Amino acid sequence: MFTAPEISYAAFAPTIIVLLAGAVGILLEAIIRTHTTRRHVQLGLALGAMVAAAGTAIVQWATYDAAGVVAQAGMFVMDRQALAWHVMLLVFGILGVLLFAARTRAGEEAFTPLGSTAPGSEDEAEARRRGFELTEVFPLALFAVGGMMLFAATVDFLALFVALEVFSLPLYIMVALARRKRLLSHEGALKYFLLGAFSSAIYLFGVALLYGATGSLSYADVAAAIIALPDMSPLFVIGAVMVLVGLLFKLGAVPFHTWSPDAYQGAPTPVTAFMAAATKAAAAAALLRVVFTALFPLEWELNWLIWTVAILSMVVGTVLALVQTDLKRMLAYSSVAHAGFILVAFAGFSPQALSAVPFYLLTYGLATIGAFAVLTQVREKAVDGTVGAEATRLGQWAGLGKREPLLAASMGLFLLSFAGIPLTAGFIGKFQAFAAAIDGGAWPLVFVAVLCSAAAAFFYVRLIVLMFFTDVPEDQEESIEVDYHPYARVVVWITAAAVILLGILPGGVLTLFEDAATLLTGL
Amino acid sequence: MFPFLTVLVALPAAGAAVLFALPEGARARAREVALGVTLLELVLGVVMLTQFDLGSAGTQQFTEMYSWIPQIGASWALGVNGFGLSMIVLALLLTPLVILAGWRDDEGDATRGSRYLALVLLSQAFMVGIFAARDVFLFYVLFEAMLIPLYFLIGSFGGAQRRYAAVKFLIFSLVGGLVMLVGVVALYFVGPGGEHAYLIDNLQGTDFGTTAERLIFLAFFLAFAIKAPMVPVHTWLPTVAETARVGTTALLVAVLDKIGTFGMLTLCLVLFPEASAWAAPVIIVFAVISVIYGALLAIGQRDMLRLVAFTSVSHFGIMVLGIFAFQPTSVEGAAFYMFNHGLSTGALFLVVGFLIRRTGSADVADYGGLQKVVPVLAGTFLIIGLSALALPGLSPFVSEIMVLVGAFGVAKTAVVISALGVILAALYVLLTYQKVFTGPTREGLESTRELSVRERLVLWPLIGLMLLLGFLPSLAIDYLREPSADVIPVVSAEVAE
Repeated sequence: MFTAPEISYAAFAPTIIVLLAGAVGILLEAIIRTHTTRRHVQLGLALGAMVAAAGTAIVQWATYDAAGVVAQAGMFVMDRQALAWHVMLLVFGILGVLLFAARTRAGEEAFTPLGSTAPGSEDEAEARRRGFELTEVFPLALFAVGGMMLFAATVDFLALFVALEVFSLPLYIMVALARRKRLLSHEGALKYFLLGAFSSAIYLFGVALLYGATGSLSYADVAAAIIALPDMSPLFVIGAVMVLVGLLFKLGAVPFHTWSPDAYQGAPTPVTAFMAAATKAAAAAALLRVVFTALFPLEWELNWLIWTVAILSMVVGTVLALVQTDLKRMLAYSSVAHAGFILVAFAGFSPQALSAVPFYLLTYGLATIGAFAVLTQVREKAVDGTVGAEATRLGQWAGLGKREPLLAASMGLFLLSFAGIPLTAGFIGKFQAFAAAIDGGAWPLVFVAVLCSAAAAFFYVRLIVLMFFTDVPEDQEESIEVDYHPYARVVVWITAAAVILLGILPGGVLTLFEDAATLLTGL
Repeated sequence: MFPFLTVLVALPAAGAAVLFALPEGARARAREVALGVTLLELVLGVVMLTQFDLGSAGTQQFTEMYSWIPQIGASWALGVNGFGLSMIVLALLLTPLVILAGWRDDEGDATRGSRYLALVLLSQAFMVGIFAARDVFLFYVLFEAMLIPLYFLIGSFGGAQRRYAAVKFLIFSLVGGLVMLVGVVALYFVGPGGEHAYLIDNLQGTDFGTTAERLIFLAFFLAFAIKAPMVPVHTWLPTVAETARVGTTALLVAVLDKIGTFGMLTLCLVLFPEASAWAAPVIIVFAVISVIYGALLAIGQRDMLRLVAFTSVSHFGIMVLGIFAFQPTSVEGAAFYMFNHGLSTGALFLVVGFLIRRTGSADVADYGGLQKVVPVLAGTFLIIGLSALALPGLSPFVSEIMVLVGAFGVAKTAVVISALGVILAALYVLLTYQKVFTGPTREGLESTRELSVRERLVLWPLIGLMLLLGFLPSLAIDYLREPSADVIPVVSAEVAE
């Protein structure tokens, strides 16, 4: 007989606040008719909800001891690891939503006025003329963040799937909503959606196999069943590999990365910023929990997979990033390489990964949002002086350091952080990841990672060379405009300050993550 | 006690921040600010010299320690023994001279000038920090972070090839640095661990296990060999030397490259004595190759800046030979040579820079017969050149002899071959002098300006110091004897086994 599970609402307050605000936001879409008012209200609601959720999570952090709370019929846990990811995801969400709201000085948004119109059609022009605004993106972002928070807190393969879809579907939509180059945007979204659906299917198949072998969907039971069996059933291994494939897809690791360059390039840049930081964080959070609880007994069987994917991601990501001429695609491939670095921390299955991975994601996410926030502000300028699309061709950034020293310096800082140069957050992140790997005996992998870092530095530095060492070509002097909105500026300053702070004095945050380095299994 | 070292690091860093923030109108004054800061640093350095307890030159003095990132075992731990102090004094001495030498480089573009000086000050902060670091993590962080100001110094200021040079420099340094990072991370796990895991004092004497020790040693050594630079990982230096500003190159070769040999001396030998002894024969072979190869290539250069760069490759070979011979005299000699080479090569780069500034060419073939037109410049050039070929009476001679004599007992062949390098040095110095300054005066060079007062002020103190230490070497060697003696027994005990 079915018994309704006992739901501990208090424990899940942060997620509930975010999802509820998302639902309210959708209602507001129907109620508020004026576009401008609606935008302000939606932004306020989204920010308010996420700040409140983060506040609640912090209060919970202070009140929970290491034991945390297991709730929802054993499907979700609220331990400090989950709370740490919650706060991180909310921070990414807040910064991302701020970017959503940024507009050019001419009042142009990043999103298409009406998603349902065909690109280049009469309807589109009409929607534009009437000043329509697409404010659904705010509730969509809230749903995505809520789904990601669940993703990081679940200890059950089925709940993991539900959370995966909750955060993926809004992302598919948001990717398709670019204002300019809409066909590219649609293409990116479609690829993302199709490949995402494909990987979801693989994941589900894997879950079915695991269920068939163990008779349970909960991480703890699966782990216990694996240990209990005297012989390794191929069902386990195949199931586990398929489950990991689904998660590695979200992480953007090679060979499951093919969606990322197109989705990154096609999506409106604020969405790219949010997606790049938050999706990767959520994927890493789920991967951490799955690998360190459910599949931990399969350590030996899965190690080769992690090593292979890590090496492939680092090498392929780095090599392909080297040849890109579009900035968004370059950052997309760099994010693929970073997925490899994240996996380096997993290799060796050292418990250090439980604090190293969240820290790495924090540093990576902040720098990513910062870099894309800079990108939204550098725009092409037409002959008649109207400010157009973002200047994403590398060559267009030549000489930016002379015209906008502070903005270019911030971009340089984010790039140095990606490259892992000391005194930036990225260095400490890399140090932690390498430490976790070496602790687990995976030092050959670290060696590969180090060589890839050196090669990767080359394309990060290439942009710095362009910005600071290259003189602006005469004909280009007038074709670039730095058009900033206070929101975008604020995001750049916040992320830049955080990258420096985490690079010089990471002690406090490291301690927090060390406190979070125990996992509840939900038993 | 007054925190000398932290102040020495913080002061130029603050100066750099001020220069970056200087409003448009005040940027013309950047030179004065930068010179003032570096002179103040120099005064502090001299005060340190007098306060330093020579009786225990081998122990760390002026020590400071604060917890920095206890979670990963890193501390802000500074302190110097004779080695560190000599290097810091060298850095403090050369920076104001380099600023003075480039006094007129940016006339007409005050913004550019203030940026350049800000980066120079920032580099000085890093240099002092590295030579004073008593914590491996701190050392590493500064070692890598220093690349940023250097990269901008090379890439933003200098000749047409500067972007290529900057990237080449960065990639070489990063490869070395990142390989070293693996070693640094590994050190935590094989070492004592804990809140002060990276303190050199805590790591010293730890048994890491033979394999681990050798691998970590190699990771560190590669980084230092690239920095030093040794053949075959030296190729970035000539590229940088010919394109970067002369002041940048002077600082780079005279001081920053010493971090390579300094690291070998104070990290490799101290932390990994067994591995150092194990690798010494191979390293000595590479050192000897550097000596000869560097000298031969120097003879073949037409570009004077490249020439000086290759002579340095040769000289660094001698230092490495001295260090890895593990003899008291040779190590002392190498440490002393690190200081002298800074004076000699720094002066050589600067005087070549003055020459280039007059004619706009670095090509030896564009010169001839300048002796008659600018006798003071010619004389100054000759003395500095002679210091590079280790003429007796000038301090580089003393240190070179110490290395060769000290190492002779253990590595006869290496010493004999390296001595050839000294003879080759005579060739490249004297041939260059002959081509540039003797013979009939070339057309267009008759009105070349004589060395100005400012330029004399830059070069003559360096010459004076080389003469002083050439005749009274014990003034400097007293600082280096004890730390050298402290390094040796650790290694020789391993050799004896």
